[in-house]
Amino acid sequence: MTRLIVNRLVLGVLTLLAVSVLIFICTQILPGDVASAVLGQGATPEALIVFRKELGFDVPPHLRYWNWLIAALQGDLGVALTNKRVIVDEIMPRLGNTLFLAGYAALIAIPLAVGLGIFSAINEGKLSDKLSNILTLIAISLPEFFIAYLLIIAMAVNVDWFPSLSTVVKGMPLTERLYQSTLPAITLTLLVAAHMLRMTRSSVLSIMSTPYIEMAFLKGAKRRRVIIRHALPNAAAPIITVVALNMAYLVVGVVVIEAVFVYPGLGQLMVDAVSKRDVPVIQACGLVFATVFVVLNTLADILVILVNPRLRNKS
Amino acid sequence: MKVFGQKPTPSAWFGLVVMAIFMVVVIFTPWLAPYQESANVGGTWDEPSATSWLGGDQIGRDMLTRIMYGSRMTIAVALAITSLSFFIGIVLGFISAVLGGWVDIFFTRLLDVMLSIPSLIFALIILGVFGSSIPVLILTVAVIDSTRVFRLARALGMNLSVMEYVEAARLRGEGLWWVISREILPNARAPLVSEFGLRFCFNFLFIAGLSFLGLGIQPPYADLGGMVRENAAAINFGMMAPIYPAVTIALLTVSVNLVVDWMLSIDARPSGAQAEL
Amino acid sequence: MADEIILQIKDLRLESVAGTVIIDNVDLSLKQGEVLGLIGESGAGKSTIGLAGMCYARAGVHIAGGEVILGGVNVRALDAEGRRDVRGKRIAYIAQSAAAAFNPAHTLMDQVCEAPLIHRLMTRAEAEDWARKLFTSLDLPDPEHFGNRYPHQVSGGQLQRAMAAMAMSCRPDVLVLDEPTTALDVTTQIEVLILLKSLIREYRTAALYITHDLAVVAQVADRIKVLRHGKEVEEGLTDQILHHARQDYTARLVAVRGAAASERATKETVKPETVLLIKDCHAYYGDFHVVKGVSLDVQRGETVAVVGESGSGKSTLARIVTGLLPPRSGEIVFQGQPLPPSLRERDKELKRRVQLVYQIPDVAINPRQTLLDIVGRPVQFYFGLGRELVLNRAKELMGLVELPVDFLQRRPGQLSGGQKQRVCIARALAAKPDLIILDEPTSALDPLVAEEILKLLRRLQAELGLSYVLITHDLDVVHRIAHRTAVMLKGEFVAFDRTETIFDGPYHPYTEKLINAVPVMRSDWLDGLLARRAQAAAVAVN
Repeated sequence: MTRLIVNRLVLGVLTLLAVSVLIFICTQILPGDVASAVLGQGATPEALIVFRKELGFDVPPHLRYWNWLIAALQGDLGVALTNKRVIVDEIMPRLGNTLFLAGYAALIAIPLAVGLGIFSAINEGKLSDKLSNILTLIAISLPEFFIAYLLIIAMAVNVDWFPSLSTVVKGMPLTERLYQSTLPAITLTLLVAAHMLRMTRSSVLSIMSTPYIEMAFLKGAKRRRVIIRHALPNAAAPIITVVALNMAYLVVGVVVIEAVFVYPGLGQLMVDAVSKRDVPVIQACGLVFATVFVVLNTLADILVILVNPRLRNKS
Repeated sequence: MKVFGQKPTPSAWFGLVVMAIFMVVVIFTPWLAPYQESANVGGTWDEPSATSWLGGDQIGRDMLTRIMYGSRMTIAVALAITSLSFFIGIVLGFISAVLGGWVDIFFTRLLDVMLSIPSLIFALIILGVFGSSIPVLILTVAVIDSTRVFRLARALGMNLSVMEYVEAARLRGEGLWWVISREILPNARAPLVSEFGLRFCFNFLFIAGLSFLGLGIQPPYADLGGMVRENAAAINFGMMAPIYPAVTIALLTVSVNLVVDWMLSIDARPSGAQAEL
Repeated sequence: MADEIILQIKDLRLESVAGTVIIDNVDLSLKQGEVLGLIGESGAGKSTIGLAGMCYARAGVHIAGGEVILGGVNVRALDAEGRRDVRGKRIAYIAQSAAAAFNPAHTLMDQVCEAPLIHRLMTRAEAEDWARKLFTSLDLPDPEHFGNRYPHQVSGGQLQRAMAAMAMSCRPDVLVLDEPTTALDVTTQIEVLILLKSLIREYRTAALYITHDLAVVAQVADRIKVLRHGKEVEEGLTDQILHHARQDYTARLVAVRGAAASERATKETVKPETVLLIKDCHAYYGDFHVVKGVSLDVQRGETVAVVGESGSGKSTLARIVTGLLPPRSGEIVFQGQPLPPSLRERDKELKRRVQLVYQIPDVAINPRQTLLDIVGRPVQFYFGLGRELVLNRAKELMGLVELPVDFLQRRPGQLSGGQKQRVCIARALAAKPDLIILDEPTSALDPLVAEEILKLLRRLQAELGLSYVLITHDLDVVHRIAHRTAVMLKGEFVAFDRTETIFDGPYHPYTEKLINAVPVMRSDWLDGLLARRAQAAAVAVN
C-alpha cells in the first residue's frame, strides 16, 4: 500500500510538471510573436528586439521554460506587464483570500451535501428524495451569478443583513472577515452542494444495490445497521472521490463569485489580467490554480487508497 | 402523448415545452422580435410597459428584443461548441478505445494533464493570450470540453470493444472505421445523447459565465451573459434588469436538464434500495 | 416431531412492478429435516420463490399474494419488524455467489457472527466459538484463525463454505440454498456438495435446494419439485422423479442428462484429410506459460473436443488458432499450408476458412443490427456479392439453422438464447468455412435448448463436411458430439484419443477425477462416491 501511495505522489508531481509545461506552451510558445501583438503594428524593429529581450524571448523555448520553472520554484513568478508589480506579492494575499472563501464554503457544503445525499439515497423514491432531486437539479442549472444576484437582492438590498460587496482587508479580525465573506460563501455553497448531493446520492444508491447489502437484510439486520455498518464503510471511497471532483467546481465557481461580490481574491486578479492581456500574471495565476487543483486531487486519491479495505488488509 | 415512445413526466413535459419555445424563438427571431437588435426605444432601465414588455436595458434598448437576440447568439455558440467538442471527443475516444496500445496511452496521458487544469482557468489562459473573438471562443471551449467527452466515449468504447461481436468483426478483418461506426457507435447512442444534453447545458452556462466576466462574446453582439453584466448596476437600485437575462439562462438550462434527467431515468433499473422487505 | 411441517407456502403469487406474473400460485411444504429440491430452467422463478420464503422480494418484484407459514406462524401477516425478526434466525439464505455476498470491508468472523448478535441469541464470545466449530465441520483451513481473514483473501470454494457457516450461525429451522455450487469449478463443486449435505444432516435443518442441475439435486434432496415459467410442473420423491416422471417436461429434463452414453458421434462424417495440425505449441501471457507443448490434429468432418476446467488453457488454445494470441513457438498447419501465427498476417481467404462460435450468444451478436445484417455481412465481405444475392444466401442460412426466414428483419433482443446461438452458427456458416471453433457453445444455454443446438451441429457436420474444435468443460457435451477428445490440465494435454477410449478407461488420474466429479442421475451416486473414497482411504492406511 505504501508503494501505491508513493506512486500516486510521484504521479502528482509529474502531473504538475506536465501542467506547467502545458501552461507555458499555451502562453509563451503558441501565441507566436507576442512582441508585435502587444506593441502593435507600428512598433519599430528595435523596440521589438528590446521587448523580446525583456521578456526573455530571445532564448530557445526549452531554455525559457527551464528558466521560468526554476524561478517559479524559487518563488519568483515575474513581474506584471501592466503595472510592473512583482507578481508573487500580488498573488499571495489574494490566494489567501480565495482559499479562505473556498474553505468557508467547503466547510458548510461538504457535511451538508454528503449528509443529505446519503439521506436521499436511503429514502430513494420517497417524497423527500423526489423533492431533493428537483431542487438540486434546478440548483445545478442556474448560473452562479444568478444565484449570487438572487441572494444579494434577498439579503442585502431588501434586507440589510449582509453587504452586497465584500471588502476583505489584511489584518481584519476573523469575525469581520467571516461576516464580509458570508454572502459569497453561501452562494458558493449552494452551487457546489447541489452537485455533491447528486453525486453522493448516486454513489450510495449503487452500493445499496450490491449483493452484500441484500445479504445483510436477509440476515435480519435493521435498515439503520445495514446503512451504517455495511453501506457507509464502502461508500467512503466513492464519496471522497465525489468531494474531490467538486473541489474543481469550487475553484471554477470562486472566480465568478469573486467578480460579482468584488471580492479581492485570486480569481478576480486573473479575470482582470485576462481583460488586460497581462500574460505573465495570467500564467502565474493559472499555475497557482492548477497546482491547488492537482494537490487536492492527489490528496483525494491517496485518501481513497487508505480507505480501501482490500488494500489495507493485504495478507 | 408519447415522446420517443415513452410517456414524459410532468417535469419532463415542462422541459420539453420550454425547449420547444426556445427553438421557435431562436430560429425565427428576426420575425418575432418586437424591435431591431440595437434599436433605442426609451430611457435607461425603463419600467416594463405595453410597448416594452420587459422594460429597457442600460442604454434604453428593448429588453425583450435583446433577450431574444441574446438567446439566439448564446445558444448558437453553445451548440457549435458542443457539436465540435463531441466530434473531437467521440472520434478520438473511440479510436483510443479500439486501437489501445500507444495511441491510447498517449491520449489518456494528454487527457489527464488537461483535466488537471480546471476548465475555466484553462479557458481564461487561452483567451487571455489570444483574445475573445468568436472563433477563438468556440475552438477553445470545444477543445477543453472535448476532454470530458473523450473520457466518456473512451469508457463506452472500452466496454463495448470487449464485446464478442466486436471481436467477431475484427476477426473477420473489418477495418477500424467499420468497427467504430457500425459496431460500437450504434450501441453507444443512448448515453451519448443524454451526455450531449448535459454538456450543452454546461457549455451554455460556461459561455454565459465568460461573457458575464466580460471575456466571452463581445459587444456589439447581444448575449445573455453579457447582458447580465451590462445591467448589473441596476440591482443596487432595486431594479430587475439583470434578472431577466439571468432567468432566461436558468430557464433553458433547467429545461434541458429536466428532459435529460427524464431520459436517463427511463433506462435506469430499480435500485436495491427499493427491495420489498 | 420429525414429521412436523416446518415451512408451508400457499398460493404464492409474485408479479413484476410492470404487472407481469413471475410466480403463479405455487404451493410448497417442507417437513423438519427434509430437503426439497426446486428444479427449473432459467426464468422458471426458483430463486424468486426462495427469497419469497423469507418474505423478501428484489427491486422490481412484488409479492402479490399467498401465505408463508414458518413453524405455524404466518410470516407474511406479521408487520415489518416481525418479518425482519424471522430472517437469519429461523430461516437463512445461502446465495449463489459467495464473493458478492460478503462485505469487503469486514472480516469473515464479523460477518459470520453478525446474525446471532443481531437477534440477541448469543454473546460475541459464544458466537465466535460456534463459528469456529462450524468452520471445522466445513473443513476450512486453520479454523481457529480463518475468521480473521477478509473475503478477498480466501478462495471461492472456501468463501462458499464460510457462507454456509454464516447461514447456520443462528441454527435456523430452514435453509434456502440458491444454486450454492453452480459458480464453482466441477471438482470444487463436489467437495462443497458433500459438506453441505453432511451439515444439513448433522443439524437436521430443513432445506430448500434451488438449482437447474437435476443430477446435483438428486444427491441431496428427499423430494423434488419441477418448475417451469413460474408454475409447478410436478412434484414427488427423488427416485420417483428420476425414474418414473409423470410429466413429459420432467421426463425430458431427466433424459437430457442421461442420454450422453447412448448418442455418440457418428464416424461416417470423418474423412482422412488433415484440416488442422498443431505441433508442439507454446504460448505465454507475458511471463505466464499458459499453453505448454500442445499437439493436436483435426480431420475433415471430425469433431475434436478439448476439455478442461477453468484455467486449463483451453480457451487460450482457441485464441491461438484464430490468431488472436500468436504462439511463441510451435507450428500450426492449416490444410497443408503453414498458418501465419498472427491475425494481421492472414489474408481474407484464410480468415474466412476458420470461424468462431462464442459461448454467450447475447454478446456475440450486435444487438443493434438486424439478423440480415449479421449473417449477410460475412457473405458480402468475403464474397463481394450484391444485395439480391446476399439476401438469398441469408435466407438459405436461416434454413440451415432451422430459423424462420422472416426472422431476418428481427433484432437479437427479440430472440431467445437458443435462437441467438443459431444465429451465431449461421454467421459462421455464412463464410463457408472449413473449420469452426466452438468455444463453450452450449454452456450458457438451458439443457433442453443445448440438446437441440448439439443436434443441429451434428447435422451440419454431416451435411457440409465441417470440422469442429470444441472447447468445453462439460463432459456430457463431449460424449454427444466429439469423435476424439483431448483432456487439458494446466496448459498441457494429459490425454488425447478417441472419445470412447478416454472415457471408458483406463484413465489418466486427472480424467478420472473429472469424470468422478460429475454427478450422475442417480440419487445414491454421492453416497456411493463417499463410500468408495472411505474404502480407498482405509486401504491407503493399511
